[in-house]
Amino acid sequence: MAEPTYTADEMMTIAASRLLQNRMVCFVGIGLPSAASNLARLTHAPEIVLIYESGTIGTKPDVLPLSIGDGELSATADTVVSVPEMFRYWLQGGRIDIGFLGAAQIDRFANINTTVIGPYDKPKVRLPGAGGAPEIAGSAGEVFIVLRQTARAFVEKLDFITSVGHLDGGDARKRAGLPGKGPSAVITDLGILKPHSTTRELELVSLHPGVTKEQAIGATGWKLNVAARLEATPPPTKIELETLRALHARTARAHGSAAA
Amino acid sequence: MAEITTLREAVAKLIGDGDYVACEGFTHLIPFAAGHEIIRQEKRNLALVRMTPDIIHDQMIGMGCARELTFSWGGNPGVGSLHRFRDAVERGWPAPLKLYERSHADLANAYAAGASGLPFAVMRGYVGNDLPKHNPQIKTLICPFTGETLAAVPSVRPDVAVIHAQKADRKGNVLIYGIVGVQKEAVLAAKRSIVTVEEIVASLDAPRNATILPNWVVSAVCCVPRGARPSYAEGYYGRDNKFYSDWDEIARERETFLAWMTRHVMSTTDFADYERSLSAVQPKQVSHG
Repeated sequence: MAEPTYTADEMMTIAASRLLQNRMVCFVGIGLPSAASNLARLTHAPEIVLIYESGTIGTKPDVLPLSIGDGELSATADTVVSVPEMFRYWLQGGRIDIGFLGAAQIDRFANINTTVIGPYDKPKVRLPGAGGAPEIAGSAGEVFIVLRQTARAFVEKLDFITSVGHLDGGDARKRAGLPGKGPSAVITDLGILKPHSTTRELELVSLHPGVTKEQAIGATGWKLNVAARLEATPPPTKIELETLRALHARTARAHGSAAA
Repeated sequence: MAEITTLREAVAKLIGDGDYVACEGFTHLIPFAAGHEIIRQEKRNLALVRMTPDIIHDQMIGMGCARELTFSWGGNPGVGSLHRFRDAVERGWPAPLKLYERSHADLANAYAAGASGLPFAVMRGYVGNDLPKHNPQIKTLICPFTGETLAAVPSVRPDVAVIHAQKADRKGNVLIYGIVGVQKEAVLAAKRSIVTVEEIVASLDAPRNATILPNWVVSAVCCVPRGARPSYAEGYYGRDNKFYSDWDEIARERETFLAWMTRHVMSTTDFADYERSLSAVQPKQVSHG
């Protein structure tokens, strides 16, 4: 039987969704994290608790939200709380297992930038800014990050640290007094990176089908370490692909355009 | 005590040039009609605060209403940049815009502190973050009980809070539901407040723990049906996603922006007139959501 064909973006979203487990409490960013989290909920993790910073807890959207506070999130939630309550009781209160974030730029210790490219006062690109990410990165039990892997995004030095990963490596996070364990996986369109057990520098641990080690190294702005035992990401299953495509199709019908 | 009045009168009476103004709404219930009235009345030199400035702030900034903006996420959700906001920050057009950039957790805590009558909020945040290097308002303190270093941020205590809600009763008590954002905190933190509502009803018939703003904490209630559009009002209408994507093109250049604002906002008398003006050029869109 021929294997189904799929895009690199589909592989990325599916690989990300597989890291989420049933009954986890997941604080979800808009875009790629939202697609991966809902795919997990619709496949292997039906009881995952999805939380968006707009205050929606235990939400089960039928289509992906375009914005963080879409009516679909409110209408399908177990409860909707105010934004101060969300950040105080639920995030800072230590009730989140996984913070799931996107990023514009990331460095070798999985610190991320969503503020500016270039100098802050004279930016080359002005990005939307912090939103909820800094405190999600600090306080969630652990953090997953999903973004496309290019040398422009995976940089030697961030232009701005919006949300911390492992700071400058080693036990820096613990010394800084951050409550959460920080990023434990970075999922890209090429593979999966995880922090080294002691240095906390990201290393390539899995390659998606058809991607070479050299490709991943070339798409990284620092000298990327490759794990001694490099794994091969299993290709998407028929169910994963069909579920993801149906989700995107419902979303496009509802919004009149494709959402990430 | 809330006065039930027109939006024009409320904005004229309650918002002055130079005021510190919070127009809040978290995707949902964004006070577009009130923002337009601020633009129409040519309010100037405002210090604006909004967690998630989007199109209405792009419009106020582009029309020269603002001198500064406190915010934590600025953009056109799902579409891209705010072109008027960027033009003001990067090229000082139509006026320079001073930024005070913070995080969501910070501003949410800062509104709650403002509502609590406190000068600052304390939170766990900003460790290793570059924002404090660019915003001197973000400081730290040592917890007197545990020795932990925590972030201390100034509370938000605006002169005026402006929000949109689903309904009010004839006495001016306001009911708001769905994604409520920081709107209750914004009203309680502010000296004065304007609430636009979808409708005014005989009785709110709300459950006991519903989010109600009693009439004695609100200055003015104005009935403006669809006053959150192109944002949405749960129970009334969905988000006009097409408007958000169309805005990208309208706001990209100064000339197209000014022409659009002149035609649809400055040349119209109120929100109903604006809607008529808009529907004359745009075929009616089927609304989803």
